[in-house]
Amino acid sequence: MTEKPKLGVYICHCGINIAATVDVEEVTEYAQSLPNVVVARNYSYMCSDPGQLLIKNDIKEHGLNRVVVASCSPRMHEPTFRKALQEVGLNPYYLEMANIREQGSWVHEDREAATAKAKTLVAAAVAKVRLLEPLTSREVDAEPAALVIGAGIAGIQAALDIADAGFKVYLVEKSPSVGGRMAQLDKTFPTLDCSACILTPKMVDAANHPNIELLAYSEVEEVGGFVGNFDVKVRKKARYVDVSKCTGCGDCAKECRLANRFPNEFDEGLGKRSAIYLPFPQAVPAKYTIDPEKCLFLTRGRCGKSPKCVDACRAEAIDFEQKDEIVTFKVGAIVVATGFDVFDPAKKPEYGYTDYPNVITGLEMERLVSASGPTGGDIVVHNGEEEITPKEIAFIQCVGSRDQSVGNEYCSRVCCMYTAKQAHLIKDKIPDATVKVYYMDVRAFGKGFEEFYDRVRREGIRYVRGNPSEIFKRGNKLVVKVEDTLTATPLEDEFDLVVLAVGLEPRSDDRKIIDLLRLSQSPDRFFLEAHPKLRPVDTASDGVFLAGCCQGPKDIPDTVAQAKGAAASALIPLARGKVAIDAQVAEVIEDTCRGCGFCVSICPYTAIELVTINRMGHSVEVARVNEALCKGCGSCSAGCLSNSIQPRSFRDRQILPQIAALGGIR
Amino acid sequence: MSEQFEPNIVAFLCNWCSYAGADLAGTSRIQYPANIKIIRVMCSGRVNPLYVVNALQQGADGVLVSGCHPGDCHYMEGNFYARRRLKLLKELLEFTGVDPRRFNMSWVSASEGHKWKEVVEKAVEDARAAGPFDQFRRRQIGW
Repeated sequence: MTEKPKLGVYICHCGINIAATVDVEEVTEYAQSLPNVVVARNYSYMCSDPGQLLIKNDIKEHGLNRVVVASCSPRMHEPTFRKALQEVGLNPYYLEMANIREQGSWVHEDREAATAKAKTLVAAAVAKVRLLEPLTSREVDAEPAALVIGAGIAGIQAALDIADAGFKVYLVEKSPSVGGRMAQLDKTFPTLDCSACILTPKMVDAANHPNIELLAYSEVEEVGGFVGNFDVKVRKKARYVDVSKCTGCGDCAKECRLANRFPNEFDEGLGKRSAIYLPFPQAVPAKYTIDPEKCLFLTRGRCGKSPKCVDACRAEAIDFEQKDEIVTFKVGAIVVATGFDVFDPAKKPEYGYTDYPNVITGLEMERLVSASGPTGGDIVVHNGEEEITPKEIAFIQCVGSRDQSVGNEYCSRVCCMYTAKQAHLIKDKIPDATVKVYYMDVRAFGKGFEEFYDRVRREGIRYVRGNPSEIFKRGNKLVVKVEDTLTATPLEDEFDLVVLAVGLEPRSDDRKIIDLLRLSQSPDRFFLEAHPKLRPVDTASDGVFLAGCCQGPKDIPDTVAQAKGAAASALIPLARGKVAIDAQVAEVIEDTCRGCGFCVSICPYTAIELVTINRMGHSVEVARVNEALCKGCGSCSAGCLSNSIQPRSFRDRQILPQIAALGGIR
Repeated sequence: MSEQFEPNIVAFLCNWCSYAGADLAGTSRIQYPANIKIIRVMCSGRVNPLYVVNALQQGADGVLVSGCHPGDCHYMEGNFYARRRLKLLKELLEFTGVDPRRFNMSWVSASEGHKWKEVVEKAVEDARAAGPFDQFRRRQIGW
């Protein structure tokens, strides 16, 4: 580092994104006047090929050994420019960026102020870059396995793709069966494929794949380590059924003293199940589970003379002694596919969901029309007085979507189409039914969607533009109060059944995953991707990828596409077999370290330990950093009493000049 | 009307939440005062309290430190360290006669572009109210 710094400063116009607000010429001129700056230039798009070439040529021609790029956020293009430096043989860490777009031209309208700020930011970058050090990132082996959390269609697809590529996959599912929400659906829009017919083979594939270890009825408890080397701890909850013996015959459930007493979650509470249950007939694994909160024997310690399920089970699979089991393993990458919750319409009391049994949600409708549902596919509802086959049916769109009053500003993307599909299925099953759909806008944006929407309208489904204000009862009918906003007519229409097209929400238990994997949330509370356009399946945590509705509402094709994307991304470290370790980690200056161990107690990754060294004939303890564990946060450094531990690229001597430059005293 | 005082504010932002939040404010074209100049650090836990003092010495009229919301730290607990250290520092600054409005701490997540604007506006207002700062000011130092 004895070489004198020779700087090149490059100011990007970013088309007019920067140049319209920041006087790039002035900034360039100013940069030229800064110490050690050999060349300062501006160009329309610094990140483009000719822009990068400009930098590379200057490095070669002028013998530059430091580069400052004043453009967009380093979170956007730092890797781009690092690579450019590396290509001409300069250490990639000899780069500093000044963020004059996201934190400059885009947030300040005043040209003078924005230009002045840009100059200061460039000065700070120049101040820092001169003191940067060359770094080399090291590589460590990556564990050739992946963890997939959630076994709905997204998780299953991601697991299958990774497993097919030849890597081990641990597929963890919280509930007793894989399949997720898609398993609850009857037909899928717009093709009217039977959901079960296309999903169940995949469920079976996932369970039987030689490379997939299915951990159903299990939850991830702990995730440690880093990309390439995650340590995972999973709790396999006790089913109280020996899965190696259970044949799935179902005798136990029939004999259970509490047979068919509890609402079946899979049927959205429309059907009943026993305390020992299989969520649905096609469940994978087809093994029964005892609900520990419902079972008499588990809650009260006795169940008649002996538990009926034990007596009924010829395979002797019931085991009340079973305990939760902890499984630990290592993986190189993680795919999060935890899915969504449906909006709870009780939060919109004006629609009377909790008051009237014939106001139901879209997902309940899905179970009602399903041949494997609680009614065997017959659409029958209770209107408060009797079971009826509804003849006049209303759908209300956007319940819990595009609605600031419930905190969901986003469009759930599937409700318009599932409503159209359900309306079609109702017409199919009850040909003389009249179906009306109350909508704000119909969003039929996918492949084949608009055609399907046209088709159901031709089938006689009436679309009424208006957002109902209230549902109340008159006689044995439900009245939907609404204004038809196309004709400005107030209406009070009567129905036998109202279906609320409820939207999709982030899962209520998302917090646990956020804490486990250090994920962030976007304003809609779904998981935040690393970049909304260019890194839609990545997260801020390296090696953790998103698939499906946990990232935002999606239909099945989009979910599958994203799952395949997440699988491909997860495969990168697995297939390479190596991951690069960030070089910007902490380093101990052993000569001044006093071995107090304060940093050891601060480090959240236990990356620092005290070692004994020989200092001029004396044995002394000093701190040492395990570079594979250190993530470079720098908390240790701010706590060090002798400034002896310093994160590379963020050392005191690199940050203090930046402060000085921003402070403006020169 | 006299021209109003434009304070110079140095901000330390963690890479994962607040810096990303400030970037989001940019992408969303949310306008805020240009008085604030940002230094990116990996974690708010990296912010040595002396940096704050140093910034005040070097010509800043106010300092802002912003990190992930407590509990949401990308590095698990760095912002807890930051919170403790900087809370102490704020009291110490007050004790030494520095107007506490010169130093602000905030938690801004990667999705809170609007909150970032509010935080900046408050920091600028606070520093403006406190007036130009020269108590600590060093004579010229070269960097």
